[in-house]
Amino acid sequence: MDSATSDTSRSSSGSRAPLSSTADNGLKIVIVGGFGVGKTTMVRSVSDIRPLNTEETMTQAGRGVDDLTGVTGKSATTVAFDFGRITLNERTVLYLFGAPGQERFWFLWDRLFSGTLGAVVLVDTRRLADSWYAIDRLEHHGTPFIVARNDFGGPRYAPEEIRDALDLDEEVPLIECDARSRESSKQVLIALVEHLQQLAAAASAGTPVPVAAAALPHGVHGETS
Amino acid sequence: MIRPGRDDDPDRLYTVTGGRSRAASKDFDLVTLVVSECDPVPGMQSEHAAILRMCRYPTAVVEIAAELGLPVSIVKILLSDLLDSGRITARHPQTTGAAARGRPGQPVAAQLPDPTILEQVLVGLRNL
Repeated sequence: MDSATSDTSRSSSGSRAPLSSTADNGLKIVIVGGFGVGKTTMVRSVSDIRPLNTEETMTQAGRGVDDLTGVTGKSATTVAFDFGRITLNERTVLYLFGAPGQERFWFLWDRLFSGTLGAVVLVDTRRLADSWYAIDRLEHHGTPFIVARNDFGGPRYAPEEIRDALDLDEEVPLIECDARSRESSKQVLIALVEHLQQLAAAASAGTPVPVAAAALPHGVHGETS
Repeated sequence: MIRPGRDDDPDRLYTVTGGRSRAASKDFDLVTLVVSECDPVPGMQSEHAAILRMCRYPTAVVEIAAELGLPVSIVKILLSDLLDSGRITARHPQTTGAAARGRPGQPVAAQLPDPTILEQVLVGLRNL
């Protein structure tokens, strides 16, 4: 299902292409989505390097420190995630993380992704319900995000239908994309940063920033067709 | 090249870190860029030596973890050792303006990035 793997023709030199010695600021953007929705594909489309995979573990030794509430019967929780890298200028490097949306992952969100610029929720309209939890958690954490619908060629829905099905705040941009396309994936990231700029402008103008606004009452979960 | 292989066997991780489960310094972010300040020396713990070789150019914590095949939290402990002994330096991410930076206890997600940083990101992305 998740056809994107760690090999690519773009970077035959492997993952160890070094950054410039002047690089001094690493930034994060997280792409969140269900299994097979195209997270790794999107990371690979825009990354300068072959996507790498790593993991974070809450070990038994971390008990008493980590919040294991709700992780019943588990002595350790491990989540794996992919990432890629884009050199923006001689000093600034953007790291893109493909993060699984499943429940256990969110126990590690703060440790891994505090300070992230923002998130892209990648959705497949055939399985919109997979995204509900991720959207809820991002709102809970106050992380700004946009929603990008990866085009799998399925039935087309009007943006309003997708918004309703996701119970999406009207402030949150919803865009279409093709995660296989470098240009399209780049436009998704640009849309996120422009959204962040609008939020920052609103904040400096003194208006409340509805980043973590409560769900609007209009949305009705369920059929969209 | 040291490649212990992916393995979350707690015993092995216990050995790598000398039994510690948390970094003394919680300063390392996933994208903190680490730079070696010296070469590996004989007798050094193999993971430390591998990190020093890897970080001759700036390398993010998460890249080190991927390369070593170790969980991020374990790598942070190893990096704390090297930082404390002056063998590496760390370039921490700067996403907020100088006024808001470095206030411990403040939820980072609640801080919007500095407009200058956002502009840099936008320009960089458009130039891709």
